[in-house]
Amino acid sequence: MTQSEPLLEVDDLAVEFRTDEGVVKAVDGASFTVDRGEIVGVVGESGSGKSVTAMSILGLVKSGRRAGGTIRFRGRDLGALPAKELRSIRGGEIAMIFQDPMTALNPVVTIGRQIVEALRLHDKKLAKGAARDRAIELLALVGMPDAAARFRQYPHEFSGGMRQRAMIAMAIANGPSLLIADEPTTALDVTIQAQVLDLLKVAQQETQAATLLITHDLGVVAELADRVVVMYAGRVVEQGDVITVFTEPRHPYTVGLLESLPRLDRDVDELHPIPGSPPSLLAPPPGCPFHPRCPLARDRCRTERPPLRAVGAAHHSACHFAEELAAVVPTEVTR
Amino acid sequence: MAAFVVRRILVNIVVFILIGIGVFLLVRAAPGDPVRMMIRPEDLQEGSEGFIQARRAELGLDDPVLVQYGRWFLDAVTGDLGSSFISREPVSGLLLERLGPTVLLMSTALGIALLIAIPLGTIAAVRRNTGVDYAAAALSLGVISVPSFFLGIVAIYLFSLQLGWLPSSGMSTPGGGGGADILEHLIMPAAILGLAAAGPLTRYVRGSLIDELSADYVRTAEAKGGSPVRVVGRHALRNSLIPLITIVMINIPQMLAGAVVLEQVFAWPGMGQLAVRAVNTQDYPVIVGFALYVAALVLICNLLADLAYAVVDPRVKVT
Ligand SMILES: Nc1ncnc2c1ncn2[C@@H]1O[C@H](COP(=O)(O)OP(=O)(O)O)[C@@H](O)[C@H]1O
Ligand code: SF4
Ligand SMILES: [Mg+2]
Repeated sequence: MTQSEPLLEVDDLAVEFRTDEGVVKAVDGASFTVDRGEIVGVVGESGSGKSVTAMSILGLVKSGRRAGGTIRFRGRDLGALPAKELRSIRGGEIAMIFQDPMTALNPVVTIGRQIVEALRLHDKKLAKGAARDRAIELLALVGMPDAAARFRQYPHEFSGGMRQRAMIAMAIANGPSLLIADEPTTALDVTIQAQVLDLLKVAQQETQAATLLITHDLGVVAELADRVVVMYAGRVVEQGDVITVFTEPRHPYTVGLLESLPRLDRDVDELHPIPGSPPSLLAPPPGCPFHPRCPLARDRCRTERPPLRAVGAAHHSACHFAEELAAVVPTEVTR
Repeated sequence: MAAFVVRRILVNIVVFILIGIGVFLLVRAAPGDPVRMMIRPEDLQEGSEGFIQARRAELGLDDPVLVQYGRWFLDAVTGDLGSSFISREPVSGLLLERLGPTVLLMSTALGIALLIAIPLGTIAAVRRNTGVDYAAAALSLGVISVPSFFLGIVAIYLFSLQLGWLPSSGMSTPGGGGGADILEHLIMPAAILGLAAAGPLTRYVRGSLIDELSADYVRTAEAKGGSPVRVVGRHALRNSLIPLITIVMINIPQMLAGAVVLEQVFAWPGMGQLAVRAVNTQDYPVIVGFALYVAALVLICNLLADLAYAVVDPRVKVT
């Protein structure tokens, strides 16, 4: 394996759901990569396909259908793996942290047993006592006070923040090389969010795991991520280094997201939410899916779908007129 | 926990008293006269009117209903539920000796029902909308729609008369006995009663498991690398079976009704058989006693169910 090969390579991923109203193209040609040890933020409005993309990596989209694309992990096509091999990767080399810690843990099994299960599923030789000790260690590592006592408690005896800590302990239990966190703080109290994000950072440093951090909060991306992937209507519309994307965005949607951010140097009434709303994924508009809301849209955008293409060093955009943004985007957008 | 049990028992005592009053008044409000029922119509001659009057007075049936109730109640609190009008045996003894067979029949049937419903409902849920699921649905609907007395008669015809594999009636062979003998007598009525209960329970297990399978924690278990068997068995099924406790409890009175019918068909010496005879002869004390026993059975089951919840569901605290 060469050093330049990415850890995770999602290429032209498409996932569909058959519903009563028709086929929902939840993910429609998404491509991005994650390198070893880096933190990649995935941003986009709600419904842009972030969760479905994340879930597809481990093959956890139950009712949906993979309509195309490949997901390679360390060069292996995850979609083509036999079920048993995929299971050994789930929770082993790739671990997930879900959005809602209130429902993501089994209510009738103690926290300790749920962590022990994660450990023993991936190390059949691990004795019960040793697994228990390791689980308590993990709970202590994620900042759980009185870990040995907490080990025996049930999820309902934990606060939301503590449950998410337990989820993180479970996710890092087997030393994953990729951690997927799907909006890990969205369901938590604002005061707890920062703590859990800090913990995520600690966990990442501890395990050296690459992290795919899904969020709709650009501030979180700015603070934690090395690179950012911007999704819109099931596609990746821009990806690149965080500083580059934030200072020199090359997609009008990214520009819109950045302008809608509340900032200290701007009055609240200067907020510019992107007008309009995301398109229906049942019948996405032809051409560029952003064209109904795009201030730069013109005829070509309505017919020709813009491919994701390089617009700079390790910087990609799916806009026909990405280069025009270099002139249009005022320096005001800088951090 | 102890406080909870005590409180429940106190509530149940009130329920008992109310059931006692209700049934006591109801049986006496029903048309007909228990004393006339004792006498065969062809024996009813001119002179028997005097006998009837004497017997009514002896049984206290001429007193005002409230006086009768008061007398019965004072005896009942000491555990004396009176004596049968017909056999003159104490009601408590009659019922107690028949409680065992009924409980044996019902608990075996319940065991059979669960042994069918849990695996079948699980397979139907996991393989939903496939042939197996449709077959399970058809089977469930089938056993609900066919009356159990009919199934009982068919089974007796087939397994007792034609094949000669199983005894057709009673609980043991006269003179014989032993566990194996009772088991042979038990199989048919218990299986039929269990089958009837398995229908709705299978549907319930299927529905509740389908709900659980889409729960977030199931996805977590999959994301950890759990196998399908583990994810369903250790996680989803465990959660889906907790509310099954309630469903089973709700079904107990209905199973009891089914048991009454099957006890007739198979001459099973249970409370149901006794009760049917008592109703036919308007044997008031036995009817009232039977109602109280049934109520006790149901109330005890409910209490056990609540305690079971506290054991299997850590979120439930009984206080
Ligand atoms: N099980 C499903 N059935 C039908 N549509 C779904 C299902 N899951 C997701 N979708 C649709 O796919 C789209 C993307 O969803 P999701 O990935 O959850 O978005 P995000 O995480 O970015 O908010 C949404 O429009 C959603 O309605
Ligand atoms: S391709 Fe056209 S519509 Fe799409 S983002 Fe670029 S300018 Fe806007
Ligand atoms: Mg989401």
